[in-house]
Amino acid sequence: MTAGTSAAAAELARRRHSPLQRVQHLLHGYPWISPLVILVLTMVVFTIVNPRFSNPSALSLLIQQTAVIACLAIGQTLIILTAGIDLSVGAIVILSMMVMAKLAVENGVPAPLALLIGIALGVGAGALNGLLVTRVNLPPFIVTLGTLSIFTAIALLYSGSKSFQNNELPDLLNWTGTSFPVGPFRLTVGVVIVLVLYAIVGFALSQTAWGQHVYAVGDDPEAARLAGIASKRVLLSVYVVAGLVYGIGAWVLIGRAGAASPNAITDANLQSITAVVIGGTSLFGGRGRLIGTLIGALIVQAFYVGLSLARVDQQYRLLAVGVLVIVAVAIDQWIRKVKS
Amino acid sequence: MTAVAPDSTGAAGGTQQQILSARGLIKTFGRVVGLDGVDLDLYRGEVLAIIGDNGAGKSTLIKCLTGALVPDAGTLELDGKRVHFQRPQDARDAGIETVYQQLAVIPALDIASNLYLAREERRAGPLGSVLRMLDKKGMRERAGKAVQELGIQTIQNMGQAVETLSGGQRQAVAVSRAAAFGGKVVVLDEPTAALGVKESNQVLEMVKSLRAKGLGVILISHNMPQVWEVADRIHIQRLGGRAGVITPQSHSMTDGVGIMTGAMKLEG
Repeated sequence: MTAGTSAAAAELARRRHSPLQRVQHLLHGYPWISPLVILVLTMVVFTIVNPRFSNPSALSLLIQQTAVIACLAIGQTLIILTAGIDLSVGAIVILSMMVMAKLAVENGVPAPLALLIGIALGVGAGALNGLLVTRVNLPPFIVTLGTLSIFTAIALLYSGSKSFQNNELPDLLNWTGTSFPVGPFRLTVGVVIVLVLYAIVGFALSQTAWGQHVYAVGDDPEAARLAGIASKRVLLSVYVVAGLVYGIGAWVLIGRAGAASPNAITDANLQSITAVVIGGTSLFGGRGRLIGTLIGALIVQAFYVGLSLARVDQQYRLLAVGVLVIVAVAIDQWIRKVKS
Repeated sequence: MTAVAPDSTGAAGGTQQQILSARGLIKTFGRVVGLDGVDLDLYRGEVLAIIGDNGAGKSTLIKCLTGALVPDAGTLELDGKRVHFQRPQDARDAGIETVYQQLAVIPALDIASNLYLAREERRAGPLGSVLRMLDKKGMRERAGKAVQELGIQTIQNMGQAVETLSGGQRQAVAVSRAAAFGGKVVVLDEPTAALGVKESNQVLEMVKSLRAKGLGVILISHNMPQVWEVADRIHIQRLGGRAGVITPQSHSMTDGVGIMTGAMKLEG
């Protein structure tokens, strides 16, 4: 099609698309549709296998269990949108969490201050990752592989590998685990915090100039720079915002786990990346929607709950998630080839 | 170094208003001399083509004019005022828009977002000032107008991702962007290099409509027939300097290529 063709010809050309091409176009415009379809199918199948899956209590548990990974996956989504990856998610969360807990329990720091310091530490850790990526020009994979070990070591050294149970912790730190009824469901404060974070970051990504710049830098950093975007500043801001989200995630994790333990969520890195990828965000950067990540995190957890209710060996969940990841990346590759 | 006096080879219109003028631009890269004291003059409502062999300093020259490179020495005047560009954004703020050969657009973003990239417009009221919400609808409407002004009909949906467009349509988006915001000068670096004949002609039509709007247009091209078709004056770059300025009327394409390669010298 050239700029010379009339609108009518363009319309005819559009009509020649096969049904498959139309699906491709649809997924290109709305990459969260395929994970949504998978989520709905998953829920229907598991409900047929065991009707208890759809009980409000089981669904409430599903949502509560998803909250922490869904939270961390927000930061992971931002970083993957810039064609990066964050392997230090789990380490930052543990560090933030142990600092919050130890300051409050052993050093007598007031709970609000301990919480703020812990979250600020998450921001600082994210900023360190971002500075290494943008100023020292190291690949995100290497930077976060390094800081994964560094932050884990610091967290273990600082806490002396010790756990703090919820009866030792101040109420404010446990508050995210407080549950309340919503109709037939039971949600926690942590779930609400995570949903609010999704709303805020989702709005920033899709409705503000900053969000447009994140996509632009992720798609083509050099073209973005020539268009007048301060690419490095945008990239740094992404790591800082991710760090903030991880710091808040640490608080949500204390409420969910009922303790602050350096051994909590050891697989946070892979689970958050899995949620992002299944949610339709491209590992090559510049493509994806935050809502897809929330759906991706729910899918992973739905497999976990569904397969245990169906009394199937938990290893099948691993197997199923592995297949989903590969299918999701294959779909991404396919829709990236879209042409008008 | 000889050059035809600019006012004797004027573009359309009687009174010539100089819009961009460079004097003695020097740019070195280590021991390699990219620009060796180049002068350049651009007038309102004209298309100035820059031709030259590979390594003659065309790209370095336009990068110095658009803030992508900072010259080591030399002066730049825009509308009679001295300017110093440290970054591409400085040149853009001053009214110089550039369409780059390869990196013109962000494929994943839609057409309107590409047109307004790095100068997005926010909604009126607290939604825009407090929540910093973008005026997507308004930008799409205005983007549609900008594209239509250049006579492009196949691009209908401003919310369409640029990666779904053909090469010509993508270039049209890049040129529309420059036209919509280029207050004074638009620089086009090989805008037709990757395009077919029909698409190239569309882009050349756009170049002419930029000139008709009264902008100063700088066109870098290897395609001599296109240059002779669309340019008012032709700046010939050779070995890092200006070998001369000719017009399609004063010299043939063969002469132009001769001056470009050094086989022929311009008379003073």
